[in-house]
Amino acid sequence: MDHKRAPLNRFLWVLGTIVVVLYALVPVAWLVSLSLKPADELSNGKFLPRSPTLDNYTGAKGVFNDPQFPSALRNSVGIALIATVLAVTLAMFAAYAIVRLDFPGKQFVLGGALAIAMFPPVSIIGPLFNMWRSLRLFDTWPGLIIPYMTFTLPLAIWTLSAFFREIPWDLDKAARVDGATPFQAFRRIIAPLAAPGVFTSAILVFIFAWNDFLFATSLTSTNRARTVPAAIAFFTGSSQFDFPAGQIAAGSVVVTIPIILMVLVFQRRIVAGLTSGAVKG
Amino acid sequence: MAEIVLDKVTKKYGDGFEAVKEADFTIRDGEFFILVGPSGCGKSTLLNMIVGLEDITSGELRVGGKVVNDVDPKDRNMAMVFQSYAIYPHLTVRENMEFPLKLRRMDKAEIDRRVDEAARILELTEHLDRKPGNLSGGQRQRVAMGRAVVREPSAFLMDEPLSNLDAKLRVQMRTAISRIQQRLGTTTVYVTHDQVEAMTLGDRVAVLRRGEVQQVGTPRELYNTPRNLFVAGFIGSPAMNLLPGELDGRNLRLPMVELELPEDVAERLDGRPGRVIAGIRPEDFEDATLVEDRSGGATFTTKVDVLEWLGSELYAHFAVEQGAGELADLAEDLETVELGGDEGAQVVARLDVRSDAREGRDAELWVNARAIHLFDPDDGRALVRHDESIDLRHGDEARSPREVAGAGG
Ligand SMILES: Nc1ncnc2c1ncn2[C@@H]1O[C@H](COP(=O)(O)OP(=O)(O)OP(=O)(O)O)[C@@H](O)[C@H]1O
Ligand SMILES: [Mg+2]
Repeated sequence: MDHKRAPLNRFLWVLGTIVVVLYALVPVAWLVSLSLKPADELSNGKFLPRSPTLDNYTGAKGVFNDPQFPSALRNSVGIALIATVLAVTLAMFAAYAIVRLDFPGKQFVLGGALAIAMFPPVSIIGPLFNMWRSLRLFDTWPGLIIPYMTFTLPLAIWTLSAFFREIPWDLDKAARVDGATPFQAFRRIIAPLAAPGVFTSAILVFIFAWNDFLFATSLTSTNRARTVPAAIAFFTGSSQFDFPAGQIAAGSVVVTIPIILMVLVFQRRIVAGLTSGAVKG
Repeated sequence: MAEIVLDKVTKKYGDGFEAVKEADFTIRDGEFFILVGPSGCGKSTLLNMIVGLEDITSGELRVGGKVVNDVDPKDRNMAMVFQSYAIYPHLTVRENMEFPLKLRRMDKAEIDRRVDEAARILELTEHLDRKPGNLSGGQRQRVAMGRAVVREPSAFLMDEPLSNLDAKLRVQMRTAISRIQQRLGTTTVYVTHDQVEAMTLGDRVAVLRRGEVQQVGTPRELYNTPRNLFVAGFIGSPAMNLLPGELDGRNLRLPMVELELPEDVAERLDGRPGRVIAGIRPEDFEDATLVEDRSGGATFTTKVDVLEWLGSELYAHFAVEQGAGELADLAEDLETVELGGDEGAQVVARLDVRSDAREGRDAELWVNARAIHLFDPDDGRALVRHDESIDLRHGDEARSPREVAGAGG
């Protein structure tokens, strides 16, 4: 960096960072604060709750005692995890083939994947609704897993092939010459190097599935498969005049936590120098 | 330890490209063997076939008498050093070197003994617990060497192992590799596109071009008796001067001088008179005033354009006239060799440093007729049959017919 301009530069950097962080975090903080407020404080317009309480979480009307929230949470976790595992596994095979092998139609696969990613999901909801009903997939886990997998595959294939392209494949050959079977070479050399890429795309896929609202509301009708984002929308107050803002906030906080945890846990692995030092440099 | 025999080994890639055509030679047990040639000539392909990373399309590869065409690379017991080093980045230097031994389930004490010994030879002892990412280029190169050495393999295969190092380090590592190979006595196949590396390291050298083996021989053989124009132009620095000539009996007319070939050379000439290409190495010129016996050559006068004095060496550049474009096709064909532009060819002569030639002035030069190489202008083949009598002059071992197969293509 140019040293003469460093102070100004730093100032602008810090300012920019603060703006971005505030912009991103204030709504989240507001949500947390809302979820901690007792019912009578909800609309007092204060940022900090005067007498914070966990009523909205564990109280009689709290989310965890809501008839549908716990099962929604279970559905969310299960569906998102299964969709992630399936999408990433398939994408790994696809990306490996795209990076390592020469086959006709390679560009077509990549282009097609991109086209699917661009496709607005809302345009297939109607037909899907009817199809799922006749296929008895409506309101089931597979009924959500399949569209999640389909819509996240392109993303996963693209991120994974970008990562795989960075892996020095000479290492694979080196391991083979060193006496490894193809499987040993994969497990001991390639897999550790590919892990950050796999985790990154897994997180992206998981977040997509976890956050989805569109499919979740349209393709479910009961607690059998309804996920948290849809369930929150079905929260009702004790009367029709009672808007359960506190519980909704609490529910939102609960769905946000797993995502934040996941990113925090894996960011080390994602950021960890992918292949530094493998080849010349 | 193993002798590696290539028997008409051919590689055709999936897209139909024939990268190696009927390579046919033997790499002797314990030999330091070099594959050299311009970029894209199929050196790496050939090496990868020997180590088993590429399938052999046709032909046979025998190692220690056994056909290994279909043997998996892991079972060939060969160690390879890659141009990119291919060190495992997530393992420490020690773990890198242990990797092949652990795969063989060797016991811990033996692994430690071998790794420590290799680290000592390669001066890596204090880096054993570091990750490769933090090492310098030269150190990484040594780690790659170490991983090969600890295995005590039947052969070392190296694909341009030094090309990522800077010039000084390259020379250092060159001698280091040579020392290690001599000490271990392991058969080594070494790929390079640098003819200096090839000449200095190799016991024997195979020159490749467009997938075809041009000539196999000791560095001396390649230098003194190139089988064709390509080898003549590729080996040697500065390169051999190539000039158009006109042969009439024993008489050879060159652009700058007309000379008479010695009787024994003319006898072994297996070509009709007419147009030829004459090759003259820079050292086969001399300042005429310093030559006592001028009988074996011819003297001519020319203007010295550029004089390069390097202390122990003196190079005089002069131009000769030649028919425009006469050698242009050939130049293209030779890829690496400069045959001069429209104004005529630039010729480089190496003179004794005592010479008092001056830049821009005329100088009287002498050319050694005995050392002139003659080539067929149509196919580039050497016209003088190079049989033992010439090799004996330098005391080289005689070649078997197999080793020269493929020459002249
Ligand atoms: N997988 C492949 N498919 C098709 N052609 C290939 C393949 N690999 C290499 N080739 C071709 O085979 C020829 C020889 O390649 P090779 O890598 O052996 O050259 P090289 O002599 O090692 O060159 P360099 O000095 O640049 O490394 C080249 O023309 C290359 O284009
Ligand atoms: Mg190569």
